[in-house]
Amino acid sequence: MTGMPLRVLRKLQLLIWRRRFHRELGEEMAFHRDEAKKEFRAEGMSAAQAHRAARRQFGNDLQLQEQSHDVVAFSLESMLQDLRFAVRQLRKNPGFAGTAILVLALGMAASVAIFAFVDAALLQPLPYQDPSRLVVAYETTNSCRECNLSYPDYLDWKKTNTVFSSFEAWDASVYLWRGPEGVQAVRSAHVSGGFFRSLGVAAMLGRVFTDTDDTPAAPRAVVLMYGAWQSRFGGRQDIVGQSLILDNAPYSVIGVLPREFHFAMRAAEFFTTIHDPSRCGQSRGCYELYGLGRLRDGVSIEAASAETRTIAGRLEKEYPESNKGRSARLVPLQDAIIGDIRPTLLVLSSGAGLLLLIAYVNVASLLLVRSESRKRETVLRGVLGASVGRLVRQFVTEGVLLVAVALVLAIPAASAAIPRLFSLIPERRLRGMPYLRDAGLHPPVLLFAAVVSLLAVVVFSVTPVLRLSLSNLRQDLAEGGRGSAGTLWKRFGSNLVAAELAIAMVLLAGAGLLGKSLYHMSHVDLNFNPANMATLEINVHGAGYEKNDELRTLSERLVEHISAMPGVVSVAHTSDLPITCNCNSTEFRALGHPWYAEHDMVLQRETSADYFKVLQARLIAGRFYTEADDSSKPRVAVINRALAKRFFPGEDPVGRTIGDTELSPKSLAQVIGVVDDIREGDLVEPLAPALYYSFKQETDGTLFLVVRTGQAPATMMPSLVRAIHQVDPNLGVRNEFVMDDRINDSPAAFLNRSSAWLVGGFAVSALLLGAIGIYGVIAYSVSRRTREIGVRMALGAQPGAVYRLILGQAGFVAAVGIVVGLACSVPAAQLLRGLLFGVQTWDLPTLIGVAVVLGICALLASYLPARRAASVNPVEALRAE
Amino acid sequence: MGKKPELLPGTLDLLILKTLSRGSMHGYGIAASIKRVSGDVLTVEEGSLYPALQRLLLQGWVKAAWKVTETKRRARYYTLTRDGRRQLGEEMSEYESMIAAMGRVLEDA
Repeated sequence: MTGMPLRVLRKLQLLIWRRRFHRELGEEMAFHRDEAKKEFRAEGMSAAQAHRAARRQFGNDLQLQEQSHDVVAFSLESMLQDLRFAVRQLRKNPGFAGTAILVLALGMAASVAIFAFVDAALLQPLPYQDPSRLVVAYETTNSCRECNLSYPDYLDWKKTNTVFSSFEAWDASVYLWRGPEGVQAVRSAHVSGGFFRSLGVAAMLGRVFTDTDDTPAAPRAVVLMYGAWQSRFGGRQDIVGQSLILDNAPYSVIGVLPREFHFAMRAAEFFTTIHDPSRCGQSRGCYELYGLGRLRDGVSIEAASAETRTIAGRLEKEYPESNKGRSARLVPLQDAIIGDIRPTLLVLSSGAGLLLLIAYVNVASLLLVRSESRKRETVLRGVLGASVGRLVRQFVTEGVLLVAVALVLAIPAASAAIPRLFSLIPERRLRGMPYLRDAGLHPPVLLFAAVVSLLAVVVFSVTPVLRLSLSNLRQDLAEGGRGSAGTLWKRFGSNLVAAELAIAMVLLAGAGLLGKSLYHMSHVDLNFNPANMATLEINVHGAGYEKNDELRTLSERLVEHISAMPGVVSVAHTSDLPITCNCNSTEFRALGHPWYAEHDMVLQRETSADYFKVLQARLIAGRFYTEADDSSKPRVAVINRALAKRFFPGEDPVGRTIGDTELSPKSLAQVIGVVDDIREGDLVEPLAPALYYSFKQETDGTLFLVVRTGQAPATMMPSLVRAIHQVDPNLGVRNEFVMDDRINDSPAAFLNRSSAWLVGGFAVSALLLGAIGIYGVIAYSVSRRTREIGVRMALGAQPGAVYRLILGQAGFVAAVGIVVGLACSVPAAQLLRGLLFGVQTWDLPTLIGVAVVLGICALLASYLPARRAASVNPVEALRAE
Repeated sequence: MGKKPELLPGTLDLLILKTLSRGSMHGYGIAASIKRVSGDVLTVEEGSLYPALQRLLLQGWVKAAWKVTETKRRARYYTLTRDGRRQLGEEMSEYESMIAAMGRVLEDA
């Protein structure tokens, strides 16, 4: 077989030097003829006679040359011939061609579109230098796996570690920017001086921070994201050196980051340095930073983790009152950024892959049907001398044509689907996944499309060829393409359809489980009424509200002003909105309860007096606090049911006293009421114990407004923002969301919903393809058995018996498919585990439900051909064959 | 049809290879040599000779080069390659065993 590549090479040479080949052959033959002529002359012929004799002996020059050429060349002509024949074949069967091409295009478009997202999220490197060496550093405690570092801890980690070539920090912040359209709250981040250097990112305009920028003495500087520079400053080239007013202080713009840069951990628009650690920044017990480390060459993340844990252990011993129980945790930056979306993408690509597989199988079985009905043609061509190679080439040509047309349809379809899929992602979620913005038909995606197409060509060429090699030419000829459905087809074709149904079953089961989990999620007990509720975040710090008195006055003025607005039913504020996170917790202790110096963490919220009424939360015991419970009165607290159950089991918590871990007199408060568990965390998070304090007694600078409206809350937003600015134009307002949207777009709900929709879409397509598949098989089998059915009916079979015959065959295939599919669904659903909520992967009602749906669809699809079979006229059937 | 006996099917390649084993030759030379050696019994039609030569070239059993003949004309000379020599051996033994088998059958009859 060593000659094979050599032969192909020679053929290629010939293809290129075709002319030369002919010239040389011509010369060679002329020489031959002249020599022959000479010999004839030598035998005594005249010149003319010799010429004629030589010509006669030689025959037609041109034809001879062609013969020689055919021996060695790829015949371009016969390729074209194959192609023309293939086109004719497809046009002759528009039903077959259309179905096959559409099915294939659907499968290819879906998988290419999904792959574009996989490419953007998982394959494209993050826009940093050597991103795999970057890690995010957290402090970790029993109750909080990925917690922030305090500023002093960060400095200690930075100073004492030997595993990082650089160790930097950032935190999330919001600046009130005084722009041309008034004060706007802008998502920002504080970063340490070496942050960008550590990422390996340089500025596109100007420069990024250096360590000297991050000192209290340095002038205040800001670096802009490319997007912020474009949208807020119109991409002005002279932006570097300009001054911005942030939180009432001037900052000069020193640089703009490159367009491709993004930092998904904090979708900031402005970056400033930590500069002058705030009050919180100076305390070891106040945590607000995230660490960013670049591993030294040759240091593994395990080694680095071990060392940071050692450092944390040393700090724990040195500062037990703040650092007790605080250890370290490192996560590769890549995982921290794309970890959340990875399982979803895996599920979606599996779904798309299965759909593609089903499309392959579907088209392959269609091809098989056709090769069966083209048996006579194949046999005839074989008998007339077409070599097996030539027949195979014909099938390959048809496969290539089919795939090429499908690809031409699939690529624009995928390109159109990508922005559609994109619009499924709410803007809030997209902020955390900036890398998805680049999803598109990039080279790796096109390569993927090429691989998928090549695979399709192989499958579609092999299927009919398989049939060729398996079947016996002579037997085929004897059968002459008549008689009962080919045994091979019966065996192979119905296996394919069973496989199709099995795959459809897996997809349907996945969609069913996701759908059920979505249903569960939308029926989670919120314990408040989210209807007609507008929520807004108010930023007060930049507007100069620092003292408790100022804040209390602001709270009163806001509530008073907004509740007087037309369309507003009631208004209140809280330090954290429901359906946000089980975060912002505090350690607490109940007076008179045993205390083992363990950290009992509960959520803490500070709310205005009417908060529970506005939310329509249920009071279980005692009372809610009122306006009267102000700073002049003893401190009171409302606890939720979870707290009561966990910390006061079997006793009445109302009237008990609670406080901080030291039970310091200032912290003591009396429990006056128990409220039903308002869901503070995401829908899938467990209910956590929570403490509610009156804003007037426990004043905090975080204000989230909740407004119950009498009309659609979205329409109220602009006037609500105006009303807040009427109270004080310097207040920053952002995150204006309708509560219902906040619930729908919560991370868990969003991931579950988008997966459910997409997998659902795949499943419906698969169901459709499966139905087409089984319809095709049964219809084909009926058409081949018309004669047999005719005989049966002539012998007295009733239509009912014919129905039973056909539907029984269909039922068997469907049953095999469903059983195999069920068996595959359970392990396949393991993939979904991370996305499911309140549903087990082996949820029996779902599995049975989708099996029934699939079974009914399969039987419906086979009913049509069965009816045709039952209405066969025996006389005609017998005559027709 | 023709008065001359047809070549046994499949033996043309063998004849060409055997002829070339005596040295390089051009197409006409090969045809003439086969004719002469067989005592004018075997005639190789040009219509089969040149396609056959192309086939052998393609298999890598012979190679071709343009040279000038004694009569000062350009002609393509074919030479047996090492692969060709091996192939010749294989075809010879195949041929011999077939002839032997045929002989046995024919003697029997």
